[in-house]
Amino acid sequence: MLKVEGLKVNYGMIEAVKGIDFEVHDGEIVALIGANGAGKTTTMHTISGLLKPSAGSITLDGKEVSRLPAHKIVELGIVQCPEGRRIFAQQTIEENLSLGAYARKDRKEIESDMEKVFDLFPILKERRKQLAGTLSGGEQQMLAMARALMAKPKIMLLDEPSMGLSPLLVKEIFYIIKDINRQGVTVLLVEQNAKMALGIANRAYVLESGKISLSGTGEELLNSDSVKKAYLGG
Amino acid sequence: MKFLSYLISGIRLGSIYAIIALGYTMVYGIAKMLNFAHGDVIMIGAYVAFFALYRAGFPLVAALLASVAVCTILGITIEKLAYKPLRSATSLAVLITAIGVSYFLQNAALLLWGSTSKIFPTILDYGFIELFGGELKISYQILITIATCIVIMVCLTLFVNKTRMGKAMRACSEDKDAARLMGINVNSVISLTFAIGSGLAAVASVLLCATYPTVTPTLGSMPGIKAFTAAVLGGIGSIPGAFLGGLLLGIIEVIAKVYISSELTDAIVFSVLVLVLLFKPTGLLGRKTSEKV
Ligand SMILES: Nc1ncnc2c1ncn2[C@@H]1O[C@H](COP(=O)(O)OP(=O)(O)OP(=O)(O)O)[C@@H](O)[C@H]1O
Ligand SMILES: [Mg+2]
Repeated sequence: MLKVEGLKVNYGMIEAVKGIDFEVHDGEIVALIGANGAGKTTTMHTISGLLKPSAGSITLDGKEVSRLPAHKIVELGIVQCPEGRRIFAQQTIEENLSLGAYARKDRKEIESDMEKVFDLFPILKERRKQLAGTLSGGEQQMLAMARALMAKPKIMLLDEPSMGLSPLLVKEIFYIIKDINRQGVTVLLVEQNAKMALGIANRAYVLESGKISLSGTGEELLNSDSVKKAYLGG
Repeated sequence: MKFLSYLISGIRLGSIYAIIALGYTMVYGIAKMLNFAHGDVIMIGAYVAFFALYRAGFPLVAALLASVAVCTILGITIEKLAYKPLRSATSLAVLITAIGVSYFLQNAALLLWGSTSKIFPTILDYGFIELFGGELKISYQILITIATCIVIMVCLTLFVNKTRMGKAMRACSEDKDAARLMGINVNSVISLTFAIGSGLAAVASVLLCATYPTVTPTLGSMPGIKAFTAAVLGGIGSIPGAFLGGLLLGIIEVIAKVYISSELTDAIVFSVLVLVLLFKPTGLLGRKTSEKV
């Protein structure tokens, strides 16, 4: 479904992503793990069209998307739930969700989809008229994921959904990710919480200073010595 | 009764400031830049309306529409040519460019239409209504000006809060990259913002010329600066702030002129701004965060 080849991304003179290749197949959960500053967010932003690559290609079902503006990429079904949530604090939960559906052409189905999203995140339904900025961190993460779902993604890019959440909430978030995937959404998951991410991922890649250093199934990487040492605390 | 009539003429002036202030405030809210050429768009609007009324003999409404159309296109063009290439430049570079655009427009007007002022034909002259047994006279021109401002404020507030495009605008003002991730075409939203602001500048120009009927290439400078002050006073980025700031500024200006001194008026107006900002740096209705429409 999504294929990244020879991708390089620069910030001015600094090369943050130094030629990476990876692939996400239909229906998979693929994890991209790595330390701070490895280039995970840069990769996600480039796939979403917020950054332009200096080399390489990104294709969705064979179609080159790396030269498209960000809003066109969303229309194609590549939808990102960004790091740090980036919800619209001054707008209500309902408004945030309808912004999530902004790019959709099938406007009539948006309302019924909002109900479906509320089934997945009941807490948001109770608060639908509330300003998003008043939500707690965990609720904001749920809103960010719900908002991304409203776009009806083919593939959802999730950048550190567990950041700053309590262990219990992290579990819940990962459970929801699996649920979303089961409903037919392909997932590319960026995480620092390698253990949890590898636990639910079909396959995973390890990103180190802008390069892919290791790849395999989630289970393989969970049992790999170098991953254990670097990301799982021995 | 005298005071009341001064108050009303302050509100009239303030209504014009408020309409202009909307242009500053919306552009600042969305594009995070101060469009110092906004006042000169008013000037162009005034010339267009003048030629449409006087030379082409258009009826008022048609002249107004012509002015709105030209200013809207001008605003979009300025943004595309001058500001869009500077999206990721420093705010100083953008500010200098805006000042450059302002000079360009003034000099273009000077070249095209000369420095002698044109006398705007009398418009909106429908007489007075008399209140309190004739003690208070309010011209229909004043009523039309105030009503126009109120209608614009209500429509714009509804647009920004209730429509899909309005929500997209608010999203862009909060977080442009997040807005892009929603599939919002941020460039079109910015274009639309400039279009609305410039179209309103045209409306303001006609109301302004109804009150002060001389059209010159520098006509937009003073109202531009006053309206900018109004926008900052009310809280730049805030639509109700532009309304409140505009009205207050107009009232203060007229009252100061009558009761204190007409030479000191501008000094008083700017002192009020400084005082307000001392106690509330974000302006009267500005929010604490920088994220506003
Ligand atoms: N806007 C920017 N300008 C310059 N350099 C940047 C910018 N954003 C990121 N970088 C650099 O690019 C590299 C990769 O950053 P990136 O944000 O992609 O890392 P990350 O893997 O997402 O890290 P984290 O786990 O902390 O989110 C880092 O060295 C970072 O300092
Ligand atoms: Mg990151």
